[in-house]
Amino acid sequence: MGVPLLEVHEVSRLFPVRGTRRWLHAVDGVSLSVMPGECVGLVGESGCGKSTLVRLIARLLDPTGGRIVFDGRDIGTVPAWRFARAAERAWIQMVFQDPVDSLNPRFTAFDTIADPLRRLGVAPERPRLRDRVWEAADLVGLSRELLGRFPHQLSGGQQQRVAIARAIAVRPRLLLLDEPTSALDVSVQVVILHLLADLQQKLGMTYLFVSHDLNLVRLLSNRVLVMYCGRIVEAGPAEAVFNRPDHPYTRALLSAVPVVDPGERRPRIRLAGEPRSPVEPPATVCRFYGRCPEGFERCEREMPALRPIDRDHQVACHLFESRPGTTLGE
Amino acid sequence: MSETAPLLTVEDLSVEFRTRDGIVRAVDRVSFDVRWGETVGVVGESGSGKSVTALAIMGLLHPAGRVTDGRVIFRGVDLLAGGEGQRRRYRGRELSMIFQSPRTALNPIRPVGKQIEDVVRRHADLAGTRARDRALGLLAEVQIPDPGRSYQAYPFELSGGVCQRVMIAMAVACVPALLIADEPATGLDVTTQAAILDLLKQFAQERRMATLLISHDLAVIGERSDRIVVMHAGHVVEMARTAELFRAPRHPYTARLIASTPRPGATLGDLKPIPGGVPDLRGNLPPCRYRARCDRAIPACDEPPLPRVELTPGHTVACRVPL
Repeated sequence: MGVPLLEVHEVSRLFPVRGTRRWLHAVDGVSLSVMPGECVGLVGESGCGKSTLVRLIARLLDPTGGRIVFDGRDIGTVPAWRFARAAERAWIQMVFQDPVDSLNPRFTAFDTIADPLRRLGVAPERPRLRDRVWEAADLVGLSRELLGRFPHQLSGGQQQRVAIARAIAVRPRLLLLDEPTSALDVSVQVVILHLLADLQQKLGMTYLFVSHDLNLVRLLSNRVLVMYCGRIVEAGPAEAVFNRPDHPYTRALLSAVPVVDPGERRPRIRLAGEPRSPVEPPATVCRFYGRCPEGFERCEREMPALRPIDRDHQVACHLFESRPGTTLGE
Repeated sequence: MSETAPLLTVEDLSVEFRTRDGIVRAVDRVSFDVRWGETVGVVGESGSGKSVTALAIMGLLHPAGRVTDGRVIFRGVDLLAGGEGQRRRYRGRELSMIFQSPRTALNPIRPVGKQIEDVVRRHADLAGTRARDRALGLLAEVQIPDPGRSYQAYPFELSGGVCQRVMIAMAVACVPALLIADEPATGLDVTTQAAILDLLKQFAQERRMATLLISHDLAVIGERSDRIVVMHAGHVVEMARTAELFRAPRHPYTARLIASTPRPGATLGDLKPIPGGVPDLRGNLPPCRYRARCDRAIPACDEPPLPRVELTPGHTVACRVPL
């Protein structure tokens, strides 16, 4: 095992709840690590904190607590406003969900891709700048004739290519993909997924891929993190998590994924009720308790920690703490 | 009313939109039927005409849109011939619709319970406390926790899943014979999506309610429909029973669509994109609108009309060179 590219230690982010003195725990004591060259999938329902976590890692938001270490450097202490102009900004880039919202409507494709190159001083002037923009456009398969167009003159797939070109133009080491294909049609979605896989190979980038579509995460990721109510509840190799999910929440989540082939369908696990409120949740109760079909008395007394149950596979659930026959390591 | 005749028959329905850049032929000679109690799935990419077809059936087209041809026969009555007054008699009572974004479809400044009550008052002829009781009963039927409190809530106070349940409560208030569900679970989480689709299925079974389920997601359609209508660029390209469609798709577009949909066990290499895009629906279009994207096209494909071949009973395809 090498050195992780990204290490997140016990990171939290609280938001004040308007009109009260209470705090919303969007991300609550999350630890994770990402190895160079990996694609790590992050899944969970809306409101589980996955977007906040990604914005913390992208350094668009400041953490309330914890450390964010990138390639051995603590980048969590640099305030977000200063990080925007720091040299480290080029290391971590992001592709957002909806290209219509994430592209400036008054910038041509060329200016969009050139913007980070100019701002970060990577290639401040033409002709160097032009070469870098062309190079990025070529990498994402965007023909150079389209570079003079504005977003509304491009198709959805072309817009997302511009957004990807902008992100990779500064040669990031970590690319954060926040639902990069959910605004696209299936036929275009496949093209963008192939493009992302190719780029990862060509440029040796590391991906953190966020999606609520588990079928997609499965296609691209080596490892998967499952988030529920601000915490990671299961982490492990994609194959293991998808084929033999352990945490009751992961099992319920996977059983809800629509499957075309009737032979592939799993029995549905229905969750009762609504998720727990993330506003100052009790620190000693498992966040999934109450909805969990297997909850028992201990879950109400003690928050389960994320513990290894197998090589590289961790689960935060009391069910697995004394599971017989579990051997760690080889 | 005989129950062997289809509940809904759409026959050669064509819809055009007038825009500044010319006439868009959004739906062209679309035909299919829905039988009593069955769930028919309509699948296609954006711009395939699935929502326009639904809105034309409901008589809710945008003023720029116009039905140029065809018939929509619901319980033996042609809804297009009868005018708005006749449509109103069916709409909301026997024919209902739910939409993709429930929060925008609901009135933002009226408590959701009141909105359900409005439907009940108008279409079920209930008044006073009886209307209110019925609304509360419906909230419970769509499994919204604490109906009394939810009754007073405004849409912004409720989650997307709960708003969609409110929409369903309004749609099923008068026990419709047909519910049109246009992307009812798109944009919701997988668990919520599954719960909403389960709820629709439960109503369909308990009340023998037929459902026209519209989605871009082939997996959702495949899991929930008895029969599937595949649309592309305003045409119905294929129609078959669900299992048969997936086992032996006959239209090249259907095969491509299946091959591009992620499924368990498939790797990225197994997924094949569909070449080209949906054609511009303005101006002169070839008889087969898939022609430019198709790798099986022959010169005869350029000759009108677009064929509609019934290959086996119930399995039709609009292609000269089916797979």
